[in-house]
Amino acid sequence: MTDGLTEYALRLGDDSLILGQRLGEWCGHAPMLEVDLSLTNVALDLVGQATLFLGIAGDADKLAFHRDVLDFKNCLLVEQPNGDFAQTIARQFLFSNWQELLFRELTQSRNATLAAIAGKAVKEVAYHARLANEWMVRLGDGTAESRARIVNGLDWMWRFGDELFDVDDVVEPLIASGVAVDVRKLRGEWDQRIARTLSEATLEMPKPRRAAKGGRIGHHSEHLGHLLSEMQFLQRAYPGATW
Amino acid sequence: MYTTELKDKNQKSAPVTTVAEDPAKLAAFEARVAADDFIEPKDWMPEAYRKTLVRQISQHAHSEVVGMLPEGNWITRAPSLRRKAVLLAKVQDEGGHGLYLYAAAETLGTSRDEMIEALHTGRAKYSTIFNYPTLTWADIGAIGWLVDGAAIMNQVPLQRTSYGPYARAMVRICKEESFHQRQGYEIMMALAGGSPEQKRMAQNALDRWWWPSLMMFGPPDENSPNTAQSVRWRIKRETNDEIRQRFVDVTVPQAEAIGLKVPDPALTWNEARGSYDFGPIDWEEFYAVVRGEGLVAKERMKARVEAWEKGAWVREAANAHAAKRAHRAAAE
Repeated sequence: MTDGLTEYALRLGDDSLILGQRLGEWCGHAPMLEVDLSLTNVALDLVGQATLFLGIAGDADKLAFHRDVLDFKNCLLVEQPNGDFAQTIARQFLFSNWQELLFRELTQSRNATLAAIAGKAVKEVAYHARLANEWMVRLGDGTAESRARIVNGLDWMWRFGDELFDVDDVVEPLIASGVAVDVRKLRGEWDQRIARTLSEATLEMPKPRRAAKGGRIGHHSEHLGHLLSEMQFLQRAYPGATW
Repeated sequence: MYTTELKDKNQKSAPVTTVAEDPAKLAAFEARVAADDFIEPKDWMPEAYRKTLVRQISQHAHSEVVGMLPEGNWITRAPSLRRKAVLLAKVQDEGGHGLYLYAAAETLGTSRDEMIEALHTGRAKYSTIFNYPTLTWADIGAIGWLVDGAAIMNQVPLQRTSYGPYARAMVRICKEESFHQRQGYEIMMALAGGSPEQKRMAQNALDRWWWPSLMMFGPPDENSPNTAQSVRWRIKRETNDEIRQRFVDVTVPQAEAIGLKVPDPALTWNEARGSYDFGPIDWEEFYAVVRGEGLVAKERMKARVEAWEKGAWVREAANAHAAKRAHRAAAE
């Protein structure tokens, strides 16, 4: 069993890593060159954050390339497939708005390393959230087709939102000692942000549904294993090599 | 990365200039160019100059964008977090180069949509180098080292090309390319100094990418009918063969320094010339690849066309939303 800080750093790092990996899949295939560049840019920020957070937990590369599914601690939301551009934006919308609030609070962490990483990353993530919010509005208030697609995209992602606000026995003591963020307290503001953008996008708030959870304890969807098999291929095929 | 002017053999004989230009204007233009003045978008220019530039700049832009695909092929499989970040940044740079080059070409009176349409229907070319597959991680090193290395050789003189917007785009692009070249070489160095499997990957990548890289400089001067005019107009500053020779001279010692062998049995140092002599280039292969017969040419075009077609609804939504906003703003 790893200690609390290590576990917390893994969760933060894995969220960024897995979403960065997903966004990297878009490279060269986005609907227009400007979008290709923004998605790559977001991916690059996320891989950078992952490197720093995983560095708290140990050897970042070893952690990224040599763990299997059960040991990854990212939320289920980030491992969801890209789908079409609307599905990708719906995922980014829910996640980046959360991550911005999280990092804003994490800058106050008593752990100086976490606070420093968050201080750098919060600016990046504010941009990710703005990008996602703007695309939500364009797609929701664009054409009939874009509207139908973003409704579908949100429908896919919506059940994974609740997990972002879970606190368990690992994090509870870290909250008490001022190291970790109490994400429960961010829910209200997140709900407001989501509602505001959906309203601007002329979209209805999706109906509440049973939450899908399990990522924080390694109980993932089927998608993560395939993502890892691709991401980890070289390190697995040539054990011990340095690159 | 840069593509020299590419046309297949059938196009080669087509005359470049068909418009009769005003002799006085033409003479004034020629004099400005000969004096190394920059030509700006609103300046008078001969039609053939405009056409040559549109063709060259748009080919260059397309090459940047298509070039994202072979490297993008390894982003999800990069072997470390640092390599992944560097590759993401590199591919992002290439896309950015594509954007400024499309913008430079647009100053000559053609739209980005028209250029993309020309690419997707096969009327416009892009660098033949991207029609080769990236098989192993070492190919990412080889592309950075050789392909971006070749690009730098081509582009450094273009910073003084006669068309101002193109020259200025080149200044920015060159800075980034030299960074890419070093990153690529560093990948190769790590592999060449690694395990036997890694060393094999590195040598194999050099074996496959060497000749296509030499072809990137375009046909030999005797078969490059537009070179003379392009040099006179300072669109090109040096001939294909001159730049190719410089590339060979710089790159061979780099290969030797990391224990890799350039796959050319005829390669020898020529003391008298102070340059390497190298073996014959297979131009039949080059023209075949220009015609679209490269191993993954179909995949490259399919990927670009699919991204464009599948993204149509996104572009339409963005336009529709912008129109609604403008309409609302006007109503207020």
